Amino acid sequence: MSAASTAEPAFVAKTKTGRVTDFVDQRVGGSGILREFGRKVFPDHWSFMFGEVALYSFVILLLSGTFLTFFFDPSMAETHYDGSYVPLKGVEMSVAYSSSLDISFDIRGGLFMRQVHHWAALLFVASIAVHMLRVFFTGAFRKPREMNWVVGGVLLILAMAAGFTGYSLPDDLLSGNGLRIIDGVIKSIPVIGTYISFFLFGGEFPGTAVIGRLYMLHILLVPALILLMIVLHLFMVVVHKHTQYPGPGRNDNNVVGYPLGPVYAAKAGGFFFIVFGVLALMAGFFTINPIWNYGPYDPSPVSAGTQPDWYIGFVDGALRLMPGTFGDWQVEQTWLGFVFSFNVLLPALVPAGILFTVMFMYPWIERWVTKDDREHHVLDRPRNAPTRTAIGMAGFVWYCVMWAAAGSDLIATHFSVSLNDVTYWLRALFFIGPIIAFIVTKRVALALQRKDREIALHGRETGRIVRLPHGEFIEVHAPLDEYKRYKLVGFESPQVLPAVPNEHGVVTRKEKRRAFLSKWFFEDRVAPATPAELEAAHGHGHEAVEAPEAAKSLSH
Amino acid sequence: MGNHSDGSPSHSGTVARAGQNEVEKFQDPGIPPHRLRLADTDPKAAKRAERQVALLFGISVVGTLIFLVAYFAIDLGAEDSSIGTIRLQNMLLGLGTAFAMLGIGTGIVHWAKALMPDHEVSEERHAIRYEEDRQAAVRIVDDIVEETGIKRRPLIRNTLLGAVALAPLPAVAIFGDLGPRPDNKLAHTLWAPQEGKLKRLARDPDGTPIKASDVTIGSAFHVIPEGLNDLHEGKLNEKAKAVVLLMRLDPASLNPSEGREDWGYNGIVAYSKICTHVGCPVALYEQQTHHLLCPCHQSTFDLTQECKVIFGPASRPLPQLPIAVDDEGYLVATSDFKEPVGPSYWERDMHERSVNS
Repeated sequence: MSAASTAEPAFVAKTKTGRVTDFVDQRVGGSGILREFGRKVFPDHWSFMFGEVALYSFVILLLSGTFLTFFFDPSMAETHYDGSYVPLKGVEMSVAYSSSLDISFDIRGGLFMRQVHHWAALLFVASIAVHMLRVFFTGAFRKPREMNWVVGGVLLILAMAAGFTGYSLPDDLLSGNGLRIIDGVIKSIPVIGTYISFFLFGGEFPGTAVIGRLYMLHILLVPALILLMIVLHLFMVVVHKHTQYPGPGRNDNNVVGYPLGPVYAAKAGGFFFIVFGVLALMAGFFTINPIWNYGPYDPSPVSAGTQPDWYIGFVDGALRLMPGTFGDWQVEQTWLGFVFSFNVLLPALVPAGILFTVMFMYPWIERWVTKDDREHHVLDRPRNAPTRTAIGMAGFVWYCVMWAAAGSDLIATHFSVSLNDVTYWLRALFFIGPIIAFIVTKRVALALQRKDREIALHGRETGRIVRLPHGEFIEVHAPLDEYKRYKLVGFESPQVLPAVPNEHGVVTRKEKRRAFLSKWFFEDRVAPATPAELEAAHGHGHEAVEAPEAAKSLSH
Repeated sequence: MGNHSDGSPSHSGTVARAGQNEVEKFQDPGIPPHRLRLADTDPKAAKRAERQVALLFGISVVGTLIFLVAYFAIDLGAEDSSIGTIRLQNMLLGLGTAFAMLGIGTGIVHWAKALMPDHEVSEERHAIRYEEDRQAAVRIVDDIVEETGIKRRPLIRNTLLGAVALAPLPAVAIFGDLGPRPDNKLAHTLWAPQEGKLKRLARDPDGTPIKASDVTIGSAFHVIPEGLNDLHEGKLNEKAKAVVLLMRLDPASLNPSEGREDWGYNGIVAYSKICTHVGCPVALYEQQTHHLLCPCHQSTFDLTQECKVIFGPASRPLPQLPIAVDDEGYLVATSDFKEPVGPSYWERDMHERSVNS
């Protein structure tokens, strides 16, 4: 203490801002945090923005959602509408629906906030999904980020839960039918299904309890869990530092990009306002969920062409695709006096179950197959991991087939084709679509790799045709500079790892399976070009001039 | 030329590992040289960028003003206000907010991209865990475990585990009143005769009873049980089970199975409207083909085959409501449904047997 006072005089801030900052700093120690983060380097790439979009959509959801809670009344008590929307005047409805109409018609800016909230919710789930696709296809889930991949997957599930609970709140005809479907799915669960349904709805469907319960989940439990997961997610991003795309000067030991302050913070902060602005534009110009057109919930009417919000579509589509009967054989079975509704249970649980299980386990599957325990901070270009990219596309196509099935009736009416035929085609695609996607994607990725090799070794096509003295026409290829070339050649290309015996000299069955998968993963590979190959490529021709035949022979 | 690794599976067979073949690899040339932007070299360009940023911030101010004007100047409560007024206000609020936000956002981003230093910098990554820390942590945990003595005193450990395992049970049990027990509520509907009086079929939603003579061939009615609208509690619950579709076909096209011959009247038949798949209302009647179609998942039922499933995910036919005509000519249900309506559930078969016994 005395040492400090004698050695050097205590710091005295000169400006007012400085004094306030110093006051806070002396009490909570902000200097250390600022020193750590103020200039922290973030790599920059447009595809890193999807996660940001998700984060900002969530902030906008919190802001607009808080506004809506001030006016929404989650009661299922009966009332007669007395607001300013004439077509529904005097109609019997729940207080929840009535207050949603009031928000839309009698509270200034209420409709705008409802639409901002709904659009932001759609964007929230969409941006999480696209962000996860980016992470998957670039291999960003590899060590040390496996756990963050899982947190991200949990966030996707929570986002869908938040979306569905919110979608049901206005108690309009459309959302009521959505709940009806959920009730039907729950009832198909063996043993406890009927009980879960009665406990969720507080008795028989629709009851008078479910909106209030969903409201609590929607505004308290689910957002709190999302917030917790976001904190975990970002904490791990800080611990790991961000991944970066491959390129000159980038490797697994460094991080190349812009410092947080000022450039990165400005770009990311500015981007929040851009996301908000785009959502405001959508809310201002595009109607979403016009509940006044649907009317209050009533178990009797339903309109054709009804769709769930997009993220529930794949489950709804799976429900549509599953045949309930094969000829006279019923898929629903009664065994020992109890009912097994496989026609509901299987499509509701199995595809989503497979998608999420494979998604959560994938980092460990790949780690096991490759025996790769190193940290990876440099991303893969999707073409440089052909089998992974193909697996991802197979899953994506599978999802899209189910998603398209949720709109089978709209496809049929818009394109004037038979609804039954659309369903038959989609049933077929459900099985063969992923296989075709896998094969095509893998071939495309390998072809792109060969193209990269060709460009790295022979330069890029200039489009300049030159006639040689003996009459031959050739196209001049310009060599790449070393930075561009490094981007094409600086990647790892894993090879097949054959099965090896363990310490007892035995090749276990598990190891054989791993070796089989390793072969399946890495059998087809295009190795990165090497300096020797570049030397050879230039040796047989002129510098920077390559005949097209030579290029062809390379890619058999 | 070097064609040994062009995708053919038969390679040398060696295992590629990091660091191997380092000599054969291209060397990392390092971060490319920095290229200056126009604004870095030309003060005029920098000044221009500065003005552009300021203009964007100015647009944001205009946006905020548009919002405020739209909010206060447009009166939703006015006599002549209509859905068009709300549309206009909503559009202007959106436009104002969009300008306000996009102005700030694009302004800041433009500022960052055009004027702030854009040197890419490289930073070392640090190990996520240091071996020294790990060893220290292991020692600390060992000390903690040792000090609790939990290994030496298994009695304490086991009783604690037992207590902790049981303690959450009340937290589960306390949710026991979330809903009543299902019992056999799903097996019965409002169609059951009350005190010997048969329920008339009434129009949905106004509740007026339907005469058999009102039902012409080819017509269809959405039907609720008489008295449903007088319910004060649980009206929607009852309606969710009791809604019925009433149609009249040429009696020759109906092929009632044994025991169901008298469930219709002169070609008039009534079927539950609640889909046996997951419970949507089967609201679409194709008059020409005599098919009923559920708009939610496209289950299709054939009226001429007692609503057997002919397409889609439903597995069971729609339950039929036995009807007749009372002495005043009104259609009545002679009994409740002979099976539970709506989506299947675990106890459904038991309920069906108990209804029929």
